[in-house]
Amino acid sequence: MKLFKKKNYIRINPPEAVSVPMEETPSIPDGLWVKCKHCDKTIYTKEINEYKICPNCGYHFRLTAKERIALICDEGSFEEWDTDMKAKNPMQYPDYDKIIQKAQQKTELNDAVVTGCCKIGGYDTVLAVMDSHFMMASMGSVVGEKITRAIERGTKKKLPVIIFTASGGARMQEGIISLMQMAKTSSALQRHAGAGLLYVSVMTDPTTGGVSASFASLGDIILSEPGATIGFAGRRVIEGTINEKLPDEFQTAEFQLEHGFLDKIVPRTELKNTLIQILKLHCQKEACENG
Amino acid sequence: MDNKAMEIVKKSRMVSRPTTLEFIEQIFTDFIELHGDRHFADDKAMVGGIAMLENQPVTVIGVQKGHTIEENVKRSFGSPNPEGYRKQLRLMKQAEKFHRPVILFVNTSGAYCGVGAEERGQGEAIARNLIEMAGLKVPIISIFIGEGGSGGALALALADKVWMLDNGMYAVLSPEGFASILWRSPERSADAAELMKLTAPDLLKNGVIEEMIPEAKEGLAENLEYTTAILKEMLVSQLQQLQALSTEQLLEQRYQRFRKYGEFTE
Ligand SMILES: [Zn+2]
Repeated sequence: MKLFKKKNYIRINPPEAVSVPMEETPSIPDGLWVKCKHCDKTIYTKEINEYKICPNCGYHFRLTAKERIALICDEGSFEEWDTDMKAKNPMQYPDYDKIIQKAQQKTELNDAVVTGCCKIGGYDTVLAVMDSHFMMASMGSVVGEKITRAIERGTKKKLPVIIFTASGGARMQEGIISLMQMAKTSSALQRHAGAGLLYVSVMTDPTTGGVSASFASLGDIILSEPGATIGFAGRRVIEGTINEKLPDEFQTAEFQLEHGFLDKIVPRTELKNTLIQILKLHCQKEACENG
Repeated sequence: MDNKAMEIVKKSRMVSRPTTLEFIEQIFTDFIELHGDRHFADDKAMVGGIAMLENQPVTVIGVQKGHTIEENVKRSFGSPNPEGYRKQLRLMKQAEKFHRPVILFVNTSGAYCGVGAEERGQGEAIARNLIEMAGLKVPIISIFIGEGGSGGALALALADKVWMLDNGMYAVLSPEGFASILWRSPERSADAAELMKLTAPDLLKNGVIEEMIPEAKEGLAENLEYTTAILKEMLVSQLQQLQALSTEQLLEQRYQRFRKYGEFTE
């Protein structure tokens, strides 16, 4: 598959704000026909290309980390780091190892983030991609450690860092140690920022809880995709507190843009070009050394 | 039926438990409370200002709960809104400018959950405090005097030293929330409290806190002076040690303090 050889994709207008319940994972299952969770239309799967956007309403289905990397990195340039890191059970939470194993089998990932270095439009970049299919990309020790190491390597190699965030929040099964990952990752970003290096956060559906209250919100530039759910507290928690239903657009990317917490909403089809443009405005190709 | 952990959780939340302002009054002199985040409002769930600790000026900030329903409503039951965290940040940056150490009192079940809090960026406010505290060039000491829950507590606890009173607690979320989200049975909150290792002795063992601060046998509220006298002495001596470090050493120690958290195989 040749990605981005030519701009052979169709421009899609930014769709309306949508909100998807957290426990649903609106990925595209195998099969000939799928039903779009946003517009309810049945779509022939061949109509959905690698961008995974509903041809009818423009809804952006959730991507796996692998799919995201294929869309964003220059072909064959991604080099993965810390591939074998796996969770332990710091709180002795009953059956945590089984829960992890199940998620590993389902996703073929060791945990909820893939990190590494790559080229994007020829620019050397550190990349971290969270995958909501793995326990809703909750942040525990492995997510925190891989992201921290990625940022630290970025600082050491003087490289920009791009993180595609997605998370339901803290990995509660790891207890207080999961909370500490917010401090650890933010501290690493403080040093990266102190070195005058670029950090771009791309908030994808859903970016909530502890991840929204740490590295996701700390980008020099913060992008998102149309309709992504972004917020700190859970919608239902707030609805329970105020005793009323919240409007659909609450805690969407569009809501966050309106309130000043995003720089730009970029449709998936344009995301790579936007990132290249941002990298071009900050980095010199030869100055970003590989290795 | 409560176990030991749940008993501590309940003690940490008691309405009679002394609040941040009472600790400040007992430990410091010349306290002047400063208000507002300079952006939106003055969040009464977060109090702060400047005071003298023996002979040196320090910045003191903390989450403020109330002893009555009326006061708790005013204080959002000790759950700060974004403007509370931004007031905290403003006062911390002010402390840095004047080379004053920062002393923080933590007593919150978590950041406020509401429409306004989301509209004004609760996540961003907490994240900003974390990254700024990671680089703040003056010593930071955080003291958990009661409840500590979630990112709303951590936003006051990215510190050089984190201490906790005997009946304090600190967890990723409340045991009730833990039991209802993970087990869908809120009635198992006591089991959750035990499993979560949220008490001071457990947190000391896990390296999440450095020191436990004793409470008087008759109760914290009944004899607050007993605790504050010890605390004051500890603060004076700890600040002496931290202030002897160069800025680079201080920030490196703080970095390593949080860098170590994580359990994994590879
Ligand atoms: Zn659709």
